Amino acid sequence: MTLLYTILALVVLGVFLAVVLFVVARRFHVVEDPRIDQTESLLPGANCGACGFPGCRAMAEALVKEDDISSLFCPVGGADTMKSVAEFLGKAAAEREPEVAVVRCAGSCALRPDGTAVRARLSTYDGARSCAIEASTYSGDTGCSFGCLGQGDCVVVCDFDAIHINPASGLPEVVEANCTSCGKCVKACPKAIIELRRRGPKGRRVFVSCVSRDKGAVTRKACAVGCIGCGKCVKVCEFEAISLENNLAYIDPVKCRLCRKCVSECPQNTIIEVGFPAKKI
Amino acid sequence: MKTFPRGGIHPPSNKLSSGEAILPLSLPASVVVPLSQHIGAPAVAEVAKGDRVVVGQLIGKAGGFVSASVHSPVSGTVTAVEPLANGSGIKTPSVVIAVEGDEWLPSIDRSPELVPECRLEGPEILSLIADAGIVGMGGATFPTQVKLSPPPGKKAEILIINGVECEPYLTSDHRVMLEHPSQVLVGVGLIARALGVEKIFIGIENNKPDAIELLRKVASEMVRVLPSIEIVPLKVRYPQGGEKQLITAITGRYVPSMGLPIDIGCVVQNVGTALAVYEAVQKRKPLIERVVTVTGKGLGQPSNFLARIGTPVSALIEAAGGLPSDAQKVIGGGPMMGRAMSNLDAPVTKGTSGILVLGASEAARCAETACIKCGKCVTVCPMALEPYLLSRLVQKQRWDEAEAGAIFDCIECGSCAFTCPARVPLLDWIRLGKTEVNKIIRSRLSC
Repeated sequence: MTLLYTILALVVLGVFLAVVLFVVARRFHVVEDPRIDQTESLLPGANCGACGFPGCRAMAEALVKEDDISSLFCPVGGADTMKSVAEFLGKAAAEREPEVAVVRCAGSCALRPDGTAVRARLSTYDGARSCAIEASTYSGDTGCSFGCLGQGDCVVVCDFDAIHINPASGLPEVVEANCTSCGKCVKACPKAIIELRRRGPKGRRVFVSCVSRDKGAVTRKACAVGCIGCGKCVKVCEFEAISLENNLAYIDPVKCRLCRKCVSECPQNTIIEVGFPAKKI
Repeated sequence: MKTFPRGGIHPPSNKLSSGEAILPLSLPASVVVPLSQHIGAPAVAEVAKGDRVVVGQLIGKAGGFVSASVHSPVSGTVTAVEPLANGSGIKTPSVVIAVEGDEWLPSIDRSPELVPECRLEGPEILSLIADAGIVGMGGATFPTQVKLSPPPGKKAEILIINGVECEPYLTSDHRVMLEHPSQVLVGVGLIARALGVEKIFIGIENNKPDAIELLRKVASEMVRVLPSIEIVPLKVRYPQGGEKQLITAITGRYVPSMGLPIDIGCVVQNVGTALAVYEAVQKRKPLIERVVTVTGKGLGQPSNFLARIGTPVSALIEAAGGLPSDAQKVIGGGPMMGRAMSNLDAPVTKGTSGILVLGASEAARCAETACIKCGKCVTVCPMALEPYLLSRLVQKQRWDEAEAGAIFDCIECGSCAFTCPARVPLLDWIRLGKTEVNKIIRSRLSC
């Protein structure tokens, strides 16, 4: 009998609670646009926050809610994702040039395999392995107070395995295939060395690989490949794409026509070309 | 014997130079005087390249309420006013003066006689302190006149003078107490008058019995010209010289979280500051020199120097026997709270209490291993924080949780990192977290 009562009591309790749950679920049902779920499934699901929202779900909600979604963009998914989202929602999507993270420091300071170093170490940092801590402690272990510290804060924050420290040079290198231009490394770098730049036609681009705002003489002493602000590139550029501010040249990616005259003009070899076929000798 | 109630450590004291009398250091060929040697707004340069200056002349005017004036420590010609690298290699606006002779402002009384009496009222004393550019000489370099002007509605009841010097190796405060006891006590009396307080304590750790005895003797001799001052011997324990720890050790009161000592009616000043106040008020001498301990086991002659502000650190090390061949690290300040220096041409500033040279074996950092959750850092934290947790939260960038964990109460004493058996650089992370959380709090307040 005891067994029977037990089973009976549980069955009654179960039925009662089921009714309660049913009523509650009906009464307090939240009507949600089903398109939010579907839009979310179209997004990459990286939850990286690059779009400015806390995650893909919040981005999906905004995409469904806003009439004009031209200001919203998912850098990870890129134009393809935005196109499919726009088609699904019947709205006009934003178009943006695909971008990639670019490391603007070429001053390797760990000794290279051939025994040379572009920047000489003047002191040894032995604190916590963090660029943010090193940057807040002092100007850095070389004569250049703007250059890469090489502790790898950018590597730690990357969700896509797209940036690594090259042990030979001690500098971070971007794996372009993996980079989604989410911009996390840009925020993590305390020296503001990493920049998001257009990938460029056929992945070709030209940029100044230095952020030193020191005077030319100071930079030249500290680093063999630092921008000394001589202005030769500005003069040689036919498209007015290069500006010089605080002893530092900057190439505007929109104006640059990839003629590469500045690359051969630069006395410090600071201007770097990426993605061009090897020159015929 | 009194001490603070929780946490703390016992690092080896290594006071190598406590028996060395203060030696005036010869003038360098040129000095670099940073315009920001204090917490707060940098001073504004009052001189330009080519100007002649004499000792004690104003060269940088206080740039705001929380700021301090800067005076020329030498006589000579200004050769440059430009940003120059400090001990951390970071460029700060500085005045460079080429030394010519040693000509002082005529208003400064250079006689060694003690001037015990003072007829000035509180506000006059305060303005003399501000004019002399005095800052906290213990190392925090907070402008003294600001600390001595309680905000409206708050009243100071107790003045505590910090003669603890709990940092290992450093002996500058100890020597100041031994060699200028009457000047320090007169300075204490002046600070007390400026604040209008009756209760005065001087806290000294009992590893300096000579200083305790001497100050007691001098205080009883000068009882007619000075208010009553109680010398409190304290049990040796780091970080007793921390403002909050010292207040609790002596009065039993606790400074509230995010609060200031004035919230519980206390004001703490260093003995070096008391000496500087005496010189500023009674001798009209601005803060142009300070006592610096130059020490280290490998150094030929660990010493206490009276160095002009702006003297390069390398000159001090040279005078103490030169950099030993195995020198690995030079620290500005003491071994616990000081900062490793990357630039030895950097000048002595108002806050430089010591220069410590460490050899290879002392400077070596052991490799970091995983935290074993032993809780030693929690036991030694004098502020009752959880350093292992806070450092982890900072690494994970969970700022709100770090704030809830009272990361802001951290006094950066370094006891946690000192005691950690896994050699985790706990304080490095917590300090980074404090900067980030500070930014968040500020942005919250501004909107």
